[in-house]
Amino acid sequence: MRTQQANPARTAWLIVGGLLAAMLLFAGCGSSSNSSSAGEEMKKVGKGEGSLDLISWAGYVEPEWTKPFEQKTGCKVSDKEAGTSDEMVELMKSGQYDGVSASGNATARLVAAGLVDPVNVSLVPNYKTVFADLKNQPYNTFEGVNYGIPHGRGANLLMWNGNDVKPAPDSWNIMFDPKIAAKYKGKISAYDESSYIADAALYLKFHQPDLGIENPYELNEEQFNAAIELLKEQRQYVGEYWSEAAKQISAFAGGDVTVGTTWQYQYFALKEEGVPVKASPASQGFLPKEGATGWSDTWMISSEAKHPNCMYEWMNWIIEPKVNAEVAEYFGEAPAQELACEHTANPNFCSEYHAEEPAFWKRVYYWETPVADCGNGEEDCKDYNDWVKAWTSIKG
Amino acid sequence: MGHRLADLFHGRRRLQVGALLAGPVGWLVIGYLGSLALLLVAAFWSVDPLSGATVKNFTLENFESLVNEPVYRTIVWRTIRTALLVTLTDAIIAFPIAFYMAKLASRRGKALLVVGILLPLWSSYLVKVYAWRTLLSANGAIHWALSPIGLDTPGYGTTAVWLVFSYLWLPYMILPIYAGLERIPDSLISASEDLGAGPFTTFRRVILPLSFPAVVAGSIFTFSLTLGDYITPRLVSNDQFIGNVIFSNIANNQPFAAALALVPIVVMIAYLMVARKLGAFEHV
Repeated sequence: MRTQQANPARTAWLIVGGLLAAMLLFAGCGSSSNSSSAGEEMKKVGKGEGSLDLISWAGYVEPEWTKPFEQKTGCKVSDKEAGTSDEMVELMKSGQYDGVSASGNATARLVAAGLVDPVNVSLVPNYKTVFADLKNQPYNTFEGVNYGIPHGRGANLLMWNGNDVKPAPDSWNIMFDPKIAAKYKGKISAYDESSYIADAALYLKFHQPDLGIENPYELNEEQFNAAIELLKEQRQYVGEYWSEAAKQISAFAGGDVTVGTTWQYQYFALKEEGVPVKASPASQGFLPKEGATGWSDTWMISSEAKHPNCMYEWMNWIIEPKVNAEVAEYFGEAPAQELACEHTANPNFCSEYHAEEPAFWKRVYYWETPVADCGNGEEDCKDYNDWVKAWTSIKG
Repeated sequence: MGHRLADLFHGRRRLQVGALLAGPVGWLVIGYLGSLALLLVAAFWSVDPLSGATVKNFTLENFESLVNEPVYRTIVWRTIRTALLVTLTDAIIAFPIAFYMAKLASRRGKALLVVGILLPLWSSYLVKVYAWRTLLSANGAIHWALSPIGLDTPGYGTTAVWLVFSYLWLPYMILPIYAGLERIPDSLISASEDLGAGPFTTFRRVILPLSFPAVVAGSIFTFSLTLGDYITPRLVSNDQFIGNVIFSNIANNQPFAAALALVPIVVMIAYLMVARKLGAFEHV
């Protein structure tokens, strides 16, 4: 018995040792291949392939407009909802999807990794009447090549519980200025992703102009550190960081938090539950005075799409005036399609969401992927990996 | 054809065993250990900052930042500490329940208890964690029940993580201890009493040493499950565990995520070695 008992341990060590040796071997002799090839754009949309696999934000792919799409094109839609931009990038790496509704903090990464192909916008007839200030933007066009079709846009909201927070705040200082935030210690709800660093940078752009922040996604060492300091100070006042919409909804509904940054989706869900939440900007018609971070989403086509024709049909469908109006009203965002404003159920929808006011959107800073090369030729900006690591250290 | 196959195997013992084991062992080696090895190889690579594409050159930079940046030490220590605390809590709660089930309960009572312990495992993990969110909420059931006696809900945070983990993994501690206690013959306990030992001495000198390997076996479950989890901390606290940092790096920096994944593996190997010393694998 004794000898038999000694054996398993030796075998286990042999396996562990073997694995380690194999690891080092693999790691050593790997080659540095970079497989980001520029894909080809499509020349002509052919017959649909019968099905379509999408990755989307919650509320973007709903039966109200996918059923008629399926009837019209014969492309059966299956949708995978993603919670964060990171998740979208990760899902796209699997190569199992035809397209994705990517926000600006995912698009550059998708393009650089060769996960998406250029989009031939001349094959998407409805693209002509998309708002001009959504076309050829740094988050959907790279080196002059279009990589997607704008879906809609919005600002990240400041939301508060009307019973607990009075008077109505008009500035992000309720979350960032220690003197004011201290009043709501433990009741503040902040977004749990590295892109939230941009919210702090935007606050500093307004309140500490001597830092010289232009774009909250292009931060040099000094500006970046100032934003991190601000967030580390904010940490003690934060009740909860949220990344799943459901988590924030339950926190506001249960009274665990009373003020925070949010999306339209949670705001409307809470209103429906009868929670007395209020929010800016859209529903109130104003932005916090600093402006806000926001998003402008783009439908992109996978470089490994198995149903490219269906994907082109989808990209045209989602910005069809009537459909885009439906989508925008369902989610609570400004439509990308100019003509959509004539089709909204609420006739004032487009003016409430400032869809037709370029001046309003100048104060909204759409999510972007931070990169080292931020236009000054010096490559001295903090890149996405720096942002992720800093975010880990902020939460501690 | 069938005959020829039978002839081929006839009398060839090694071939028989080999053919029988080829499937499961192949699965274990290729599907399980192989993918694990591949994942860990990546820990020695680095990443192109923009595209997130892996650059396959040998480097130790992931391990350097893992060791040099204090935040990761904090997170690793927090994870291990919680895992130990949860294990201890579960052992203390599980032992009396398992003892009652194994030695005192009637057959019917035993069956009822087993079902009661297994029942929570039928519902989804996420449902249970979200249920705890509701319980722990500022206006939730715990607040309601404790406020008359001047106490309040712990709210979301480290305490909540400890409570939820202890709840989630309790069945995995009860069942091995129950199995271990069942195997102790009642005659040993009677003999101990006949020889003049009091209940406490009997417990300390007879029951505990004999059932200890089972407790250690159960602790492997509670410890490793806590070590690897990232959803509970994310839902009921702002605390980051090893899993959370892996999760936030997996999209853009797989090599660093892989280096982080090595930490729980190393911790688990150490834990299993201690468990082996304590005899956890001797009677299972």
